[in-house]
Parts: sequence; C-alpha cells; structure tokens
Amino acid sequence: MSLSPIEGVALAEIESGGDGDAPKRRGVVGRSPGQLAVARLRRDRTARVSGALLVFFVVVALIAPLLSMLYGVGPGEDFKGKLDRCCGMPLGYLGGISGDHWFGLEPGTGRDIFIRMVYGLRTSLLIAFSAALLSTALGVTLGVVAGYLGGWVDAVVTWITDLVLAMPFLIIALALMPTLVLRFYGERDAVPEAFGVAMLIAIFAVFGWTSTARLVRGQVITLREREFVEAARASGAGLGHMLFRQLLPNIWAPILVAFSLAVPQFITSEAALAFIGVGLTDETPSFGRMIYRSLDYLQTDPAYVFFPGVTIFALVLAFNLFGDALRDALDPKSSR
Amino acid sequence: MSETEPLLRVRGLAKHFPVRTGLRSKGLVRAVDGLDFDVRAGETLGLVGESGCGKTTTGRMLVRLLAPSAGTIEFAGRDITHARRRELRPLRQDLQIIFQDPYASLNPRHTVGRIVAMPLQVNGIDPPGGVRKRVQELLELVGLNPEHYNRYPHEFSGGQRQRVGIARALALRPKLIVADEPVSALDVSIQAQVINLLRDLQRDLDLAFVFIAHDLAVVRHFCQRVAVMYLGRIVEIGDRADIYERPQHPYTRALLSAIPDVTALGPAGRIRLAGDVPTPLDPPSGCRFRTRCWKAQDICATEEPALVARDGGRQATACHFPESGPVAAGGPAVPAESADPAGPAVPAVPAVPAVPAVPAGSAAPAESVAPAGSVGASGEEVAK
Repeated sequence: MSLSPIEGVALAEIESGGDGDAPKRRGVVGRSPGQLAVARLRRDRTARVSGALLVFFVVVALIAPLLSMLYGVGPGEDFKGKLDRCCGMPLGYLGGISGDHWFGLEPGTGRDIFIRMVYGLRTSLLIAFSAALLSTALGVTLGVVAGYLGGWVDAVVTWITDLVLAMPFLIIALALMPTLVLRFYGERDAVPEAFGVAMLIAIFAVFGWTSTARLVRGQVITLREREFVEAARASGAGLGHMLFRQLLPNIWAPILVAFSLAVPQFITSEAALAFIGVGLTDETPSFGRMIYRSLDYLQTDPAYVFFPGVTIFALVLAFNLFGDALRDALDPKSSR
Repeated sequence: MSETEPLLRVRGLAKHFPVRTGLRSKGLVRAVDGLDFDVRAGETLGLVGESGCGKTTTGRMLVRLLAPSAGTIEFAGRDITHARRRELRPLRQDLQIIFQDPYASLNPRHTVGRIVAMPLQVNGIDPPGGVRKRVQELLELVGLNPEHYNRYPHEFSGGQRQRVGIARALALRPKLIVADEPVSALDVSIQAQVINLLRDLQRDLDLAFVFIAHDLAVVRHFCQRVAVMYLGRIVEIGDRADIYERPQHPYTRALLSAIPDVTALGPAGRIRLAGDVPTPLDPPSGCRFRTRCWKAQDICATEEPALVARDGGRQATACHFPESGPVAAGGPAVPAESADPAGPAVPAVPAVPAVPAVPAGSAAPAESVAPAGSVGASGEEVAK
C-alpha cells in the first residue's frame, strides 16, 4: 500500500545494533553531567592552579589556631618593645621582618602581621562563605518559587527584587551598621567580635540574593515548560518533588557559578566596608581593617600595605578564575 | 457505539487561550472548540490533523496538564474535568502520556533508572521485588538493556530515549496512554521500531491509546479508529478502513491526498487546498472548513454541520455535503469533484475556476500553479 511508507520498513524491522549496546565493557556505569564537568575541570590548568590556591587559603584559615601555636604568636599579642620609641614604627628592615615575625609588625600597635593575616583570612572567608551561602539559598528559594509558580507570587518576588536592587548598598550599610550596633549595645559597651561578623553577613545576605534569584527564576521559567517537567506533573508529582527533584538538579551549574563568583565579591565588599570604617572593629583581624590602617603608613612602612594587599588580590583573583573555569566546565557549549 | 461503557468519554471539550496585547484582552484563541469522542478499553484512537489544529492541546487536557475551558472528561466513569491533584492521584496511574520530543522529555540530570522510577516514587508505590526490579522489567519490556539502569539520557539515541519515555509511562500500569506525536521526532526506521513496540505493548497489556499524530501513514498502521481534526474541531471520526478508504469529509480527502506516494512519480491525484488555516482567534462562521472547501455552499456559512453518523453509524462526519464512494489509491477518483468549482460560497475570488488538469502531467507547473495569495479562494487543483 503506497499510502504508508512506514509499513515497508516496519516489516523489515531493523534490529539496530545501537539499541542493544550489549556489555562491551563490563559493568557499564553512566557518567552524569556532573561527573563530566568534574573531568573537564580537572583538565583545565587555570582551574587546577586557582583551585589549589583556594584550597591552600582555606586550609590556612581552618588551621589558624594550629599555625598560631606553631608560630608562637597569638593574634592579639603585641610587641610594643620591638617598635621605635618615638613614633611606633617597627625596628628593622621592611617593617620589621625577622625570623620571629615573618611579615613584620604593625606600626603603632606592634601586632604580628603574619598571624593577623592568617586570622584575617579566617574572618574574610567566614564572612564571604556564610554570606554567599545565605544569599544563594535565599535567592535560589525565591527564584525557584517565583519561576515555577508564576502568577502573583512571581510578581511579588520580582517586585521585591527590584526594590532591593534599587537600594544603594553602601549608603544603607553606612547608615544601618552604627545604628544597629547602638540598638544592641550602649555607647561605651564593647561590641563583641561575633556581633560585627554576624551583622556583616546579614547585610551581605540581604543585599546579595537578588542576582541569584533573577538568574534562577529565568532558568526555571525556561525549564518549566520542558516535557520532563510535564511528565512529572502528569504522574502526579507534588510541588516539592517538582522543585527539588526535577528543577533544581538542572540549575545547579549556574547556581554554583554564581556562588563561586559571589564569594570574592563579598571578600572585597567586606574589605571596602572596613575601609570606610563600618563593619568590624579593630580587634577583629580583617584584611579591610589592615589595609585601612596601613594607608597612614604608606610612605613610612610600605611593607605593611604590601602583604595584606597582595593576599587579598590573590584570593579574589583565584576565586574569580576558578568561577570562570567552573562555568566553562559546566557549560562546555558556551563560548566566551 | 456503546456496547460497553467507554474508558474515556469526552464531551464538548474546549480550551480557549486569552490573548492580550498590552492591558486589553484581545479575544480568545479557540485552540480546541468542542470535541466529542469516546475511547474504549484496549482501543487505539488516532487524532490527526495539521499543525495548530489543537491535537496536542487536546492530549494535554486529557491528562490534565491543561485545564479545559469547557466540556467534560470522564475517565472510567468518573468526571475528572476539574478534579484536584489528590483526587486525580488514583487515576493518574491509569492515565499516562508519552511526549513528542525524546530529547526534552527526560530529565538530563537523572539516570534512566530514576526517570522510569519517578512515577512509582511520586505515587509512593513500592512494587513487589522493589523499585529497581520493576524498573529493570520495564526497561526490558520496551527493549532496552536493563543494565543501562544507571545511565544518563545523553548516552542514548533518540529512539532509545523514546523507549525510556514509554517505560516511564508504563511504570504505573496505565489503562490509557496519550501518545503525543511519539515518533515524529525520530527518523523513519526508528519510527517503525517504536511504533511496532507500541503496538506490541498495546496488544500485550491491553492498553487504550489516544495517538496524536500528523503522519497519516503512522496512524493507519497503528490506530483502529481515527478522528480528523480541523481548527479545533473533529470533522470526521470513524474506523480506520472507513476513514482511509471511504472518507466523507472533503478535508479528510484533501489530507489523504497529500500523503506522498513514493511509488508514483509526480503529483498523483493531489487535492490542493488554497490558502491557510483561518485564525482560531476568529474562526469562520458555520463550517470551519468552508473557506477552503471546494464544495462550500451558502448553508456552510450559516449553519454549523453537526458531527453526525451516516451509513449505519460507524463513521461520523461534520459536513453538509459529505463525499461518498471510496478513494482509490492513486486512481482518478478525485477529479470528479472538479466539476463543481468555486460555488457561491466564497465570492471573493470568483475567477480562477479550477485551473486543473490543464498542465498535463508535468510536475513543475503543478507545483507553481497553485492559486497564489488567494486566501479563502476555493481553488481546487487537480493535476493528474
């Protein structure tokens, strides 16, 4: 019958070799898109170098107390005796670099720069990671819900996003931090370190989730109409299954990239806030505070600005490079 | 028609999409506008028609991915038109869908095992012997290697992916499967395999199918009954043999004549419909096909033909002037109609009275002669 070109083929049903794909290899194990991305990441030299640097920084931050013990100097310890008596400049060359004090001493306070930096790294990474985690979680939740549910939920979330984006971060931070500190502590009370750190994290989280929310919302909207989502709905899947089993696994890649690019952003923001005088107090070791203080000694003790400056530069660069490499590994089709 | 209670009974099913430009609502797209049909247990109903006629929308409404605007869907005697998700749950197991695009219908981040197990997991079903065993049985059933349980969709070809989609649809042991163009994204040899797989499954598991397709040859191969859709309505419904050999509706004839015949050279008995399908925003009055029908009369514009059964009630046609007699394959059955050209129905283009038959045989002119730009003209062209 000429009407049906398929019948001829159907009669001679082809047993395609591909369909069977008999066990050529023993124990066929599928490689997930995630495993493929890790393999690609391993081949990327930039990713390896920046990743190694990141691991180094994180390890140093984690074992800070151990380092302090081995080094024999605590973060709050001062060595005023090794300072110049008239103006508080460290004795010796290059800001007092010696076998006891590898990166020299802080002018004025006489604290050891190396151990301050190790602990500063700790503070920076703690703030940046917590803020990135919180803001990503917030952004992902809001974005997924807005994108999937649509309608008025979407409208409200989008509206809030726009509102938050419209608020000037620096000005709000400048206005908010001292006010909040006063709200909880008196004029003369000592503000505990943890409070300042928590405040910074909260402010970063509140302002940082918007871009993630937008990104995720857009991704979810494109995925929502895909047939595998409809297949799950046709099987009677509930909201939780749809969001966390069907949708989220497909947007891990952009979320991960957004996260890895948010961390350096928060590191620099923390430094910037410390620089303009809000945020952490002088007791808390932090890069921003160190660079802020070091500017007074730019002429007289350039070594003081050099070490924290170079470290924060390397840290942020490593994070950004790794984020870019991660993006390339997760989405090999995209070209730059 | 009702020896037994039908498994699926659809009455007056409609889906209207609102169209907005700016703030004002600009009207409704009547994607599906009043469908009536039944599907009995174990029966395969083909839903054919050209792109945009509402086939897919109908399929999605049947499995409640879209909420109908009007009408009722009864499944196994229960009205599921407005059932909520919890109420639907027991019925979901009996009513499943296979999608068109095997590349979009499988979650790329899940293994095949997880994909096939998803309906079980979502409905909290723990089959005897465990989920994994059931999934492997299903994979075997659809002709896949059960050892591929841990593989990801991107490692499979299009045909294999579609088999995975079929396995997923079978996981809950449904009674009815809506197959939304399940093979049109596959190449022809794979189409044959998948269609034969579906046919075997249908026979072995006594499944009912609503098989949506635009490929008439595939439908003929697979379906016992066929419904022809045009612009959101069924114009003709009947048994396969009746539809393919004795089509009564002019549109069905035109559709059938458009199937390419690889054994014949040149255009053989092709009915060319002039113009485009009218917009579903504002469908024509009366018979929806009248703007392109060569038999249209005054009555077609004023009175909407009902889908009525003729010849003993097996075949129903919505036409005031149904055709009769068989359509012989490649034979000269069709030119008979060229005798009554452009009736008074569409006086817009009274000229061009059926150019037909003049360009004797040659293929090239026949391709180009089609009354260009005469939208709504009733130009029927028959080049022998």
